[in-house]
Amino acid sequence: MRIAIVDASASRAEVIREGLAALADCQIFVVSERKGLVARIGEIAPDIVLMDLGNPSRDVLEEYFAVSRVLARPIAMFVDESDDEAIAASVDAGVSAYVVDGLAPHRIRPLLDLAVRRFNAFARLQADLAEAQGKLAERECIDKAKRILMDSRGLGEPQAYAELRKTAMNQNKRIAEIAEAVVTAHQLMGGMG
Amino acid sequence: MSGPAHGQLAIGFLPLVDACLPILAHAHGFAEEEGLDLRLVRDVSWATVLDRLLYGHSDAAHLIAPLAIATTLGRGRPAQPLSVPFVLGLNGNAITLRNDLADEAWPGEGLGDPRAVGAALAAVSARRVLRFGVVHRYSSHNYMLRYWLAACGVPRDRFETVTVPPPFCADALESGEVDGICVGEPWNSVAVERGAGRIVLATAQIWRRGVEKVLAMREGVLEERRPAFEALIRALCKAGRHFIDPANWDANAALLARPEYLDGNPHLIHRAISDRLLLAQGQEPVHYPDFMFQYREAANFPWVSQAAWLYTQMVRWEGGGFDAGEAARAARVFRPDIYRSALRGTGEPLPGASSKVEGSLAGLTQVGTQQGAMTLEENRFFDGRAFDPADPEGYLAGLP
Repeated sequence: MRIAIVDASASRAEVIREGLAALADCQIFVVSERKGLVARIGEIAPDIVLMDLGNPSRDVLEEYFAVSRVLARPIAMFVDESDDEAIAASVDAGVSAYVVDGLAPHRIRPLLDLAVRRFNAFARLQADLAEAQGKLAERECIDKAKRILMDSRGLGEPQAYAELRKTAMNQNKRIAEIAEAVVTAHQLMGGMG
Repeated sequence: MSGPAHGQLAIGFLPLVDACLPILAHAHGFAEEEGLDLRLVRDVSWATVLDRLLYGHSDAAHLIAPLAIATTLGRGRPAQPLSVPFVLGLNGNAITLRNDLADEAWPGEGLGDPRAVGAALAAVSARRVLRFGVVHRYSSHNYMLRYWLAACGVPRDRFETVTVPPPFCADALESGEVDGICVGEPWNSVAVERGAGRIVLATAQIWRRGVEKVLAMREGVLEERRPAFEALIRALCKAGRHFIDPANWDANAALLARPEYLDGNPHLIHRAISDRLLLAQGQEPVHYPDFMFQYREAANFPWVSQAAWLYTQMVRWEGGGFDAGEAARAARVFRPDIYRSALRGTGEPLPGASSKVEGSLAGLTQVGTQQGAMTLEENRFFDGRAFDPADPEGYLAGLP
């Protein structure tokens, strides 16, 4: 079975490829480049195409599948209504699948399940990363707010932090939100931020 | 504290200027006033906007009108009946040609004359096959472009259309992948700013009041949450009134440009919403009235005849022949009954008829209404043909 993974994110494509490599009797092709996509798919002549839902070239590929007379044309996974649950799971995970007409369903399902799991795993990784970056940014903002309070009101660092914490508690907000307000106000008042 | 009366509606959209009404309805609190919480879901392909709609990630979507009909008829995937109770706007697209071709087809100043540009392209097509990028096979862009080229005598085997996602239109022109593009704003302007091409025509010059994006949802979901969708229609109408007021253009352009909406250049967006187009690099923008048509003349009313026209074009370019059953199903996608029900008792004019002869108005025409007064302005196809929804087969037979 020939599988094409179309994904602008090379790292995610790699995560999917690794996952699918466990399947026996599969040849996997990764296409990350937008230019020449249709010609490349034509060369690969895949039985299955996996593509992330956030890829702007989805309309291009669907158009190609609809009008192409060159290969046995892959059709949207969505054509097989019997497997609605699997399709809903793939949309949830953010992956679309196109399958050559006539490919046995028992070969499609395990592959799709695997792809969905890999997509979800990648999404979790990204969420973790984003959270870590968000925390870092919050940390920096709080430090900035502390410095503003220290400079403008002559407080020591622990007092500046205590001031932020007290205000946050009084207003039922997070310290990071109060810090952001302090920094913004400071910028508005002509401070250097 | 309980939430809004009608709960939440998630609305899928593509980052295009004509996604403005749901965005403004949300950002300016018009939805909230109607007891609705809107959640906007941004995507980058129509395929994904549609998938999310069909699998319930969104309750409604900003959609290209022909795709709503194709989905209902089961073109390319199993049939899923969609409903369109509100048109999100008329026209707003333009045709941009590669510089060398633009110089040949329209050496003149300003926007081109559709017949003259078309005749010049017909001459070029005798030498080589012309290739145009459109945003989707089931788009008004595709149908308007093809309507124009065919009416100008470009034989149908001498031009082809290929799908190019809007953000890559300028690239496709620059690399010579296509000779021209038919796309919505801000993407023509992006191509012009980059020197990749020149705008020669607005689609409003092909059909003065051509149906463009629609608000679509699954038929069953519309029935289930009818009060919420009617509240949405009222909110969108308020957004339309706000959108066309020049006093709001600066603020709305800045708002639409934000990363979570169009993530674009506010100056280009401002141009589009004020009906101004920069046709070529280094020139001053020209004003083309009603380039993008909203709100006035009940522009958002879903005329059944618009759906019927789109079906004739689907038949025309896909072959397979006219099917009366399909035509009836296509016509039922547009739901003027819901539009009227939502706006009864407001100040909005409600047309008395649900269908009209499209492209037949040469001047101002008073029309019968159930509520309010309404005068329609000129609404013609550039070649003078009119579409009578009572005789779609006769219309098809008369097209080149």
